Amino acid sequence: MKIDRRNFLTYTTAAVLGGAAGSMLTPAPWKLMDDVSIWTQNWPWTPVPEAGPVTHKQSACTLCPGGCGINVRFVGTRPVKIEGLKDHPVNKGSLCPMGLSGLQYVYGPDRVGSPLKREGKRGEGKWKKITWNEALTAVTDKLASLRKSENPQSLACITGSSRGTLPSLIGRFLTVYGSPNLLRPATVQDANEQALFLTQGKQGTLGFDIENADFILSFGSGILDGWGSPGRMFRLFGTRKSEQRIIQIEPRLSNTAAKASRWIGINPGTEGALALGLAHVIIKESLYNKNFIEKFTFGFNDWTDDAGITHTGFATLVEAYSPEKVSQITGIPKPLIESLAREFAASPRPLAINGRGQGTLPGSIDESLAMQSLNALTGNINQIGGIYIVPEQTYAKWPDLGMDATASKGMQQPRIDGAGSDQFPNTRSLLNRLPGLINSVKGDSPVQALLVVDANPMYTLPDTAATRKAFDKIPFIVSFSSYMDETAAYADYILPDHANLERYQDIPTPAGMAHQTITLATPVIEPLYDTKHTGDALIHIAKSLGGFVEEAFPWDDYETFLADTLQDHWSDLKEKGVIEISPDSKDSAVLSFNTASAKYEFCPAAATRQGSKDSNAPSAYTPAAIEGDEKRFSLLLVPYDSIRLSGEQIANSPFMTKTVEATVLKKQMTLVEINPKTAKTLALKEGSKAVLTTPKGKASVIVHLYEGIMPGLIALPRGLGHTAYSEFLAGKGTNTNDLIGSVEDPASGFDMAWGIRAQLSKA
Amino acid sequence: MKEKNDYEHSKRYGMVIDLDKCTGCGSCMIGCYTENNVPFKADETNKLDSINWIQVYKLTNGKPYPETEISYLPMPCMQCDGEGKLGHSPCVSVCPAVATDYDYSTGIVSQIYTRCFGCRYCMAACPYHARKFNWWDPVWPADMEKYLSPDVSPRMRGVVEKCSFCFHRYQLARNKAYYENRQTEELGEDEYQTACAEACPTGAITFGDLNNKSHAVYQLKNSPNAFRLLERLETNPKVYYLSSKKWVRRQGDNYLANEEPGLIKKIDKQHH
Ligand code: SF4
Ligand code: SF4
Ligand code: SF4
Repeated sequence: MKIDRRNFLTYTTAAVLGGAAGSMLTPAPWKLMDDVSIWTQNWPWTPVPEAGPVTHKQSACTLCPGGCGINVRFVGTRPVKIEGLKDHPVNKGSLCPMGLSGLQYVYGPDRVGSPLKREGKRGEGKWKKITWNEALTAVTDKLASLRKSENPQSLACITGSSRGTLPSLIGRFLTVYGSPNLLRPATVQDANEQALFLTQGKQGTLGFDIENADFILSFGSGILDGWGSPGRMFRLFGTRKSEQRIIQIEPRLSNTAAKASRWIGINPGTEGALALGLAHVIIKESLYNKNFIEKFTFGFNDWTDDAGITHTGFATLVEAYSPEKVSQITGIPKPLIESLAREFAASPRPLAINGRGQGTLPGSIDESLAMQSLNALTGNINQIGGIYIVPEQTYAKWPDLGMDATASKGMQQPRIDGAGSDQFPNTRSLLNRLPGLINSVKGDSPVQALLVVDANPMYTLPDTAATRKAFDKIPFIVSFSSYMDETAAYADYILPDHANLERYQDIPTPAGMAHQTITLATPVIEPLYDTKHTGDALIHIAKSLGGFVEEAFPWDDYETFLADTLQDHWSDLKEKGVIEISPDSKDSAVLSFNTASAKYEFCPAAATRQGSKDSNAPSAYTPAAIEGDEKRFSLLLVPYDSIRLSGEQIANSPFMTKTVEATVLKKQMTLVEINPKTAKTLALKEGSKAVLTTPKGKASVIVHLYEGIMPGLIALPRGLGHTAYSEFLAGKGTNTNDLIGSVEDPASGFDMAWGIRAQLSKA
Repeated sequence: MKEKNDYEHSKRYGMVIDLDKCTGCGSCMIGCYTENNVPFKADETNKLDSINWIQVYKLTNGKPYPETEISYLPMPCMQCDGEGKLGHSPCVSVCPAVATDYDYSTGIVSQIYTRCFGCRYCMAACPYHARKFNWWDPVWPADMEKYLSPDVSPRMRGVVEKCSFCFHRYQLARNKAYYENRQTEELGEDEYQTACAEACPTGAITFGDLNNKSHAVYQLKNSPNAFRLLERLETNPKVYYLSSKKWVRRQGDNYLANEEPGLIKKIDKQHH
């Protein structure tokens, strides 16, 4: 039979029919249609992907802390697609756009393919390829010289998170080296952790049993915009029971608000006041869980201490937050506040959740305490559908550290960022304060060498200009990034790590999960380039430094360290990829609070607020101070999160950027959302070019009119405005951090800025 | 030899997309890009030259704050059965090169890139903007060619491409059934699923044989909340949408102010 282009389709169809009748002659009956026609033509310039046997390998996504299980499809030795792993307890098969485009991070143009040494000026982009030996020696020499000059505390390290074994390895390294300065960004998990410690006396993170809650009151948490583990949240939304109600409180109609049972607009930054107003109604109308309040809490009513001093109880405190007053603060009508409180209290399993947007900014402790008090009023603590304490991951004990005099002296120095000081006793890290502190020092920077691991502070820290100024003062910056991100581009040396799919990484319980899990990302491909696991690089440096530093690292490589550290779990994890650790039995968990009163404390015994006359005062709403003069800046700029954009350490893949709507990015410019009413007062129209000004900076933007945003606000998406990376991301739009600074929570030092004052004028 | 149209007895693969569940995350788009070797370029903000086989649109009820509502609407190729369900899809009817054809055994509208010579009549004929033109040759920078799938040929400059309902997956499923000595015409519902349906993290997209009572889509398409886009045109799409919001259903067609959404569907039922 002659096959030409006119009749091949009929040929294919005949073959299909033949197959159905069971009369096929060849064992490969259905050649792909388009391939049959390619056979008749030549298109030499388009790639012909090599075929091969199809297999799958399981691992985990490490692109965000979400910890989703993935199933990688291989053709021969090539991975061709990442899909969700159906039986993983976190995501049960669901993935976000970032996880789905995971192969672009491995094979894409942003990879750093070998160790690099800066040649030109910082950030100029002139690099010299060096060998690993040269790179490791350069870092070792610098680190040795700081110890030699008895200045080990001037070494700082910034990591993306403190969770997992790599940050613990780095912590051990810094301790034995002599520096307390291990820094990382704080998230709402940190604020909630402190609230948990103050109210329950326990160390751990706050987990939300969203699976079983029937009334979810979200204070602006973007549960469908990337909050918590996005894979988990999307799956939960898709499989939720029809009776589950979601109430979304925020000033902008986000995707979460759009999907919620009800969206309630609120004046930005006043969510804490709303929480106390709801508590007011619940207490006044006696709708709280009396059994729980009476038996298991302390400080609900006024109380007198041993010295005879009377303290204000929570019930008294919220008397000041009448629906009238809260309506004025929040802009929410009084009847709505009342009905919301009643519905919340009347639901069998109500749950208040917090953390604006993706929860990447901590907010104030008072705000956290106010929102958590709602869960306490309904007694939804360590209960199905309520909040749970997820204990910190415990690891096997490592050999004891020996420390020389230099290290001991260095470790006795206060942390640069003030975390753990008398001012912020419960705070573990305050990366947001670092640039300001470095910039305020006259003369030499307190940081003489900086190691950056799994972090991109030059992009993610608020106030980019201040961050750059601070980094300019640091004489030696090393990035261990796999990608040419902003910080890597500004470093003196890059010692590139393997990428996702190429390296081991353990993932502790993802943010927001109610129960403990450990997931292991196992490498499924060989490293593509001349890269090294950062764990291996650091072990190598430790060994070269000699003395106690060397002794502290008896492991040959990171994999041995990981196996040793995870000990009992290691073989399970290697085999299954994930383990679930069941929570304490319900009763014992509910009954045990580690506070002084052994109860849930509305009045934490620790001093929660500096400068308060009554150090035992319960939390109260203090309007978060916002930067900028009201007269000069009549509008408010609020950043917003989208699941199609990443504002975090690992930036967008080209595919993610491709999905960004034309109402968000146009060529190289970001569109800001403003209400048509606001536009009218500013004489701006859809598509107008405008200049956005804040006390921190200026940006050229395009106006997009959006009814779904409160008048008076300007919304700007997070995740654009990169200066590094390849042409698929660089130079597109505006980085919110160029325009917004950090506002310190007086109780914790955390960044509690939810926006900034701004002005928008016609360009 | 051309197959006959046995509409009631052949398979009619179709989709039901639950807009109440769609969060606008865009995972379906990325699931499709990675499955089908869809290219990308540095600037994708001009959506007229951006190649997407499935595009998520944002609808709004147009009401002022705080009454505003939005809904997302993902649009793959509608895989039209055409007027009278005879396989005369708008695009198939106009293609001078038989580069796009209607497959009577599945109801899938194919696209054969190497036959396409880029006249773009089909793009003009398609009322849903499902078809995209390759203005440039695709470029996979760095080592990105290494992750391309052999199941779908990369396209070249000058041709039109569109959603195929992941037809290669159908073929692979049939190959598998054949090797396992099973009837290749009786694939299980799970055996043939599209990449976007699998990628959707909330399970908003359901795919299956609209003629098969045991497939989920069979029931779903009969929901009172179900509608199709531009039903008045009688293109007979095999992509159905569900929305509990009347204003969303109303935007599915050019309804007059005094017409109720769903009206066209009722007329359609009376006809057949
Ligand atoms: S949510 Fe995070 S872990 Fe899950 S797929 Fe997306 S990036 Fe990966
Ligand atoms: S059915 Fe397949 S080709 Fe069509 S949009 Fe979905 S993933 Fe893309
Ligand atoms: S993946 Fe699902 S939820 Fe996300 S945009 Fe597509 S259809 Fe909607």
